[in-house]
Amino acid sequence: MIRLEHVSKVYKTSTRPALDDVSVEMEKGEFVFLIGPSGSGKSTFLRLLLREEVPTRGRVYVSNFDVAKMSRRRVPRLRQSIGCVFQDFRLLPTKTVAENVAFALEVIGKPRNTIVKVVPEVLQLVGLDGKEDRFPTELSGGEQQRVAIARAFVNRPLVLIADEPTGNLDPDTSQDIMLLLERINRTGTTVIMATHDHGIVDSMRRRVVELSYGKVVRDDARGVYGVGR
Amino acid sequence: MRTSFVFSEVVTGLRRNVTMTIAMILTTAISLGLLGGGLLVVRMVDKMQANYAGKLEVSVLLTNDVSANDKDCTQQPCSGLRSALEQTSGVESVVFQNRDDGFERFKRIFEAQPELLKLARPEAIPATFRVKLEDPERTDVIRQAFEGKPGVKAVDDQGKFLERFFEGLNGLRDVALILALIQAFAALLLISNTIQVSAFTRRVEVGIMRLVGATRWYTQLPFLIEAVVAGIIGSVTAVGGLVLFKAFFLDRITRNLTESGIIPPTGYLDILIVSPWLFLVAIVISATTGYVTLRLYVRL
Repeated sequence: MIRLEHVSKVYKTSTRPALDDVSVEMEKGEFVFLIGPSGSGKSTFLRLLLREEVPTRGRVYVSNFDVAKMSRRRVPRLRQSIGCVFQDFRLLPTKTVAENVAFALEVIGKPRNTIVKVVPEVLQLVGLDGKEDRFPTELSGGEQQRVAIARAFVNRPLVLIADEPTGNLDPDTSQDIMLLLERINRTGTTVIMATHDHGIVDSMRRRVVELSYGKVVRDDARGVYGVGR
Repeated sequence: MRTSFVFSEVVTGLRRNVTMTIAMILTTAISLGLLGGGLLVVRMVDKMQANYAGKLEVSVLLTNDVSANDKDCTQQPCSGLRSALEQTSGVESVVFQNRDDGFERFKRIFEAQPELLKLARPEAIPATFRVKLEDPERTDVIRQAFEGKPGVKAVDDQGKFLERFFEGLNGLRDVALILALIQAFAALLLISNTIQVSAFTRRVEVGIMRLVGATRWYTQLPFLIEAVVAGIIGSVTAVGGLVLFKAFFLDRITRNLTESGIIPPTGYLDILIVSPWLFLVAIVISATTGYVTLRLYVRL
């Protein structure tokens, strides 16, 4: 599903590589936590999968895409098969909940009748039925993140990337969001989540890949956040 | 591609930057208006050249003495001059016009200005040979051969006068076109700027679009169409401006000249013929500027 082979990434402005000879493989349907302190290379890892960046060395594969080598014209296809969720939600304040979700389909040219069918479905899946016409500012943080997840999932991506999705949420709301991500994972979607949240990682007991100074220092099939803590 | 979506984005974009949009439209309109004005002058000069091409004559004006005493050009030096003119190569025809005929003609030309006629006396009009040339450009031959000969007061070349007149008009055209160019440059910068501002105000949308896999065209087209729409509105405004300029200004100041047939009138048809060019220029310039801006300055 996802494979990195000896991937290194050096930014022009930095002497130390952001990723240093990383080789990782993730299977279809896996739930993977990507952990490590700030600056350890988590964000670079995720950006490489989306082809927001190209690796300095090595190969990146997502599904059938040879990400590092593909032409710019094919990048939209890759991104259509990846859903993204962020710490800051990134919702459009001028659009309602339903419009925010529909936006993701509109801009990739999905037909109107598909949109009116699948948007209510996904809103129900994330537990926001009845709030279609609210604006983001009228929602709690947890609800806003649900909208963001609905938007990321509405096109049924193969992979869902979540970059600290609970970073702005209280523990209880975080738990709800994790349950939702688990539910999405059960549909066969690979979920990769970068996080600092010990509690969540420890309670979920899923695969943990730990980065430090751009290297993979740990890869446990059913790990916890900190060894020996 | 969902056109309704793209167009709703365009409308939102134009509305959100309404002051920039207005500035862009006005600058474009003024630039195109000047360009249109220049093109109208070009058309006018062309028409005039066509009008006059077959009619241009060289007038050989005779001295007062000859004008007063030789009404039918039967004596020397008049008859000698006539045969000399007729034998000059390149001369198509020679018509003698005595003082009385000349005065009649003068009265006809200036019948619209009675105060001028009141002042005029036949004695002021010289008898004249009106010489038509096979090649209207080659008036120098006549001038060189006949200027200063006995009985000749002056050789008057209509072509020279017309040339000066055309020079004046062409100067006007050049000024209009240079101003149009300067304005076009300002319009260009404004279009580029507006697109950048527009892209900046919509960076969140554009970021999401990129992330969910919208194609480059889908993200860029709204900005491009925005520029083109503003360009088209600008050119419509420019054409409207030209029509108003003709109706309320040009017609009034050129009425005398057009009625006496000196310059051809500029009609609405002329504006109609010029306007597609203005549209074309507006669309090409705004689309190109938009495209280049998106490529070079906006990371979408």
